[in-house]
Amino acid sequence: MIIERQEIEKLATLARIAIDDSTINEVTERLGSVLELVDQLQAADTSGVDPMSHPLQATQRLREDEVSELNQREALQTTAPDTEDGLFLVPKVIE
Amino acid sequence: MSDWDTVIGLEVHVQLATNTKIFSGASTAFGAEPNTQACAIDLAMPGTLPVLNKQAVHYAVMFGLAIDAEIGKESAFERKNYFYPDLPKGYQTTQLEKPIVGRGTVEIELADGSTKTVRIHHAHLEEDAGKSLHEGNFRHGVSGIDLNRAGTPLIEIVSEPDMTNAEEAVAFARKLHSIVTSIGICDGEMSQGSMRFDVNVSVKPRGSDTLGTRTETKNLNSFKFMEEAIAKEVERQIDLIEDGGTVIQETRLYNGDTKVARSMRSKEEANDYRYFPCPDLLPVIVSDETIEELRRNMPELPDARRARFVEQYSLSDYDAGVLSSDAAMAAYFETATGTSGNAKLAANWTMGELSARLNNEDLSIAKSPVSAEQLGGLITRIADNSISGKMAKEVFEGIWAGEGDADHIIEARGLTQVSDSGALEQLVVDVLAANQAMVEDYINTDEAKRKKKLGGFMGQIMKASKGQANPQQVNQILAQKLNELL
Amino acid sequence: MHNLTIAELIRGLQSKEFSSVELTQHFLARIADLDPNYNAVITVTADQALKAAAAADQRLAAGNAPALCGVPILHKDIFCTNGVRTSCGSKMLDNFVPPYNATVVENFEQAGAVVLGKTNMDEFAMGSSNETSFYGPVKNPWATDCVPGGSSGGSAAAVAARLAPGATATDTGGSIRQPAALCGITGLKPTYGRVSRWGMIAFASSLDQGGPMARSAEDCAIMLNCMASFDDKDSTCLERDVPDYSATLGSSIKGLRIGVPGEYFSEGLNPGTEQAVRAALAELEAQGAELVDISLPNTGLSVPAYYVIAPAEASANLSRFDGVKYGYRCADPTDLQDLYTRTRAEGFGEEVQRRILIGTYCLSAGYYDAYYGKAQQVRQLIQQDFANAFEKVDVIMGPTCPSPAFKFGSKGDDPVAMYLEDIYTIATNLAGLPGMSLPCGMVDDKPVGLQIIGNYFDEARMLNVAHQYQQATDWHRAAPEGIA
Repeated sequence: MIIERQEIEKLATLARIAIDDSTINEVTERLGSVLELVDQLQAADTSGVDPMSHPLQATQRLREDEVSELNQREALQTTAPDTEDGLFLVPKVIE
Repeated sequence: MSDWDTVIGLEVHVQLATNTKIFSGASTAFGAEPNTQACAIDLAMPGTLPVLNKQAVHYAVMFGLAIDAEIGKESAFERKNYFYPDLPKGYQTTQLEKPIVGRGTVEIELADGSTKTVRIHHAHLEEDAGKSLHEGNFRHGVSGIDLNRAGTPLIEIVSEPDMTNAEEAVAFARKLHSIVTSIGICDGEMSQGSMRFDVNVSVKPRGSDTLGTRTETKNLNSFKFMEEAIAKEVERQIDLIEDGGTVIQETRLYNGDTKVARSMRSKEEANDYRYFPCPDLLPVIVSDETIEELRRNMPELPDARRARFVEQYSLSDYDAGVLSSDAAMAAYFETATGTSGNAKLAANWTMGELSARLNNEDLSIAKSPVSAEQLGGLITRIADNSISGKMAKEVFEGIWAGEGDADHIIEARGLTQVSDSGALEQLVVDVLAANQAMVEDYINTDEAKRKKKLGGFMGQIMKASKGQANPQQVNQILAQKLNELL
Repeated sequence: MHNLTIAELIRGLQSKEFSSVELTQHFLARIADLDPNYNAVITVTADQALKAAAAADQRLAAGNAPALCGVPILHKDIFCTNGVRTSCGSKMLDNFVPPYNATVVENFEQAGAVVLGKTNMDEFAMGSSNETSFYGPVKNPWATDCVPGGSSGGSAAAVAARLAPGATATDTGGSIRQPAALCGITGLKPTYGRVSRWGMIAFASSLDQGGPMARSAEDCAIMLNCMASFDDKDSTCLERDVPDYSATLGSSIKGLRIGVPGEYFSEGLNPGTEQAVRAALAELEAQGAELVDISLPNTGLSVPAYYVIAPAEASANLSRFDGVKYGYRCADPTDLQDLYTRTRAEGFGEEVQRRILIGTYCLSAGYYDAYYGKAQQVRQLIQQDFANAFEKVDVIMGPTCPSPAFKFGSKGDDPVAMYLEDIYTIATNLAGLPGMSLPCGMVDDKPVGLQIIGNYFDEARMLNVAHQYQQATDWHRAAPEGIA
């Protein structure tokens, strides 16, 4: 299936993955090949069939509203890329 | 402006007052040090999974019951995908196709006494994001992310676009605030972000059936700012159209401090959120038994409380309306009444002096330096004539300043009203004796005009008694003594 | 010692034939000597292992030893291990040290097992050849110019090379069964919801399941006894009693109805593989089982459906890797978008990026109904196929893979060629059913796997059948040249 390069660029933005100009054609081609595979789904007759999100016929368990997690900031931030004063730091966020 | 109709819809985010997050067992208490209430699940660490908080489900159902809504007995969660530093998983777990609360209604009352029904489209459960701090104890040019708030349970309440002006929108918002605080599912602390409003505004030519393009102003956290933002946006849209322009669909922000509204900076067009059912969570079932039990144990709703105040405390409908609209204020009023036994005075003081002072200092009633019991104590002393109304204000100030209870201050400052008739009689006689000229003048004045002269004597007497003479009694004695002189 | 099964090791430890410390030292030495040939192990935890072994020996001496006390195992590097780097085969997590254990890891710790280290795997479990790992490819001990299968290639190769008697693994589209088949060992993917996914780094949440790899059904039963548990931290984990999987291994299989799907013996199946599998079925028939021809008509749709659903779920599951809270971060990000796009472009390998893009596509506005929506409907059809089949049969059997281990790079530039490797295993995951693979022959000196698919929570029966087969044959005892 032919997928436009523009479409790939849009997907890359949505997925926040930088795609190099040098590889984008290859990426486009390979993605097109996969999409050709999945397009085989269109041949299936699924009229009247319910979608299945979970293989189980189970329902959601509910948890009691009691605090069970105490402060673990130090342990959880040991491999954090950039922190200061307990905050995770990122390049300035502009709204 | 009268050529235009305004159409307003609200999306209200209400933080549920649960102890823990919607999907983890970390605390939701306000004000903790950054990232000390963000466990591995809240940080979206690899391999972590969500488990749903029962209380959040119950609170959502209670809201549904409070607005006579359909309850979604089978609801489900979806993932809403986008990237932002305060969204640790890169998606928000929310509800889309099958929300837990369906269609309902909210009655609002307007200033002219009329009522209006605002329809609720639905309310759904979702998780709150963390916070981005743009300034703080960190180096320049970065933002600091605090994920304590990430995972706090929210219900998002979506109204139909039934409101036609800012007044209706604010009345609706206040009514929601009243409902959620009354039933105890939200603490209502606007300054802490417990309730946030997104306002959708559009205009159309008066009477037209075609809706105009709407804009969304996000994250308003005060009724005042919401009112201002709506007014500004309506004006902006009308001006734009009248100048030949078109309103574009966009998201806007309003800064209540600077009074500036602007479009949000976003690089791409409308975000494609790619909603799909969350595979880590199963369908949520609420049983009829659970619904009935929640219904049975529902705390008093604002409308019911208003009716009860009229009946129980003989308040006017207006006063009952004001006092019952805010759950915290209602509780305060009732405690003050309970302590003092005087509903009328408690109502006056709560709605009057206390509210004015709180507003002035931008405090919520929960943060009042004068507790309900303390106000009740003060009212007791007014009611039993220990102090005059004027003195009462002074005592109130003292309590506010933290000097102690009413009795303590009255004693410490020696403010007890003198009501001993013998002492007062002597006082009046002394003052009359010391003000012969005034007395002469009074006697020589026409009967019709004498009443005006009484103030002068009162002034002297109160001065002489350092304000502690009981004015009503003094009035009586003065009138009697003057009569004797005529 | 390394040729002993887990069952034999347990007996040996209890009768003091050897100590856990001796065992552990032995396997650690083997890993140090032999793993450079296979690259099956990413992280060796020698110090912790020896400490745990010493503690295990004490408990064994005291006589209060739990089920797996002192037995050395390996964990696939997808299971979070407290204090030990857990990479998921990716640069993105090369420096990630979790402060918590996966429930599977916790279970083995409670059972007294000794963890030798973490095994290599396809990056984020995406792959069928273990060629996508950041830590380099794993080599098949039977033929080191060939792949071991994936994504649990490291666990499979390690067990085949006797670097450990057992290893944990995960299966989303065949990632336990396919490498087990290509490496000549026994591996089992339990029913969805049988084993907790807490701490098991997510690829496709509605398909992932953790399971054992070892050299016999008996050993897999012992491991499954430990791995299966109810965990209230995983909402998709079912509250259901765990039977003693070892107790019924010896039951007779007389009268067992084995379904043989026509669709699993179609063109594309290597003739040698077909021969070995049919011989295995004949053996079971000789033991009293009955072969029943069945049809799973929607089999052809399983690979397309999987390659919509799994990437879609993965695209969301992998959004958390953003360089903010943990893991890799690109150097000197210029702004927020640069932080995201470069961290993810540099941290993720090509296959992972491809699947994220596919998943993003299938979920995007305008495409959701045609792809994701459609795939979820097809999933229902596939589940129905199995439900219909299980009305007539007790288990379903066929080949695990279309052919034996292929050479590195032979699937070339076309990702789809690789995806078709999983053609017989994928439907099981879509339906949430349990599946296992055990060795049943050799083709071109490389192992061939027999697949057993069971009904929901019927792992005991599957292990029973496999065990009965292994009592009468010895394919599972074969070792790669030079290994034994």
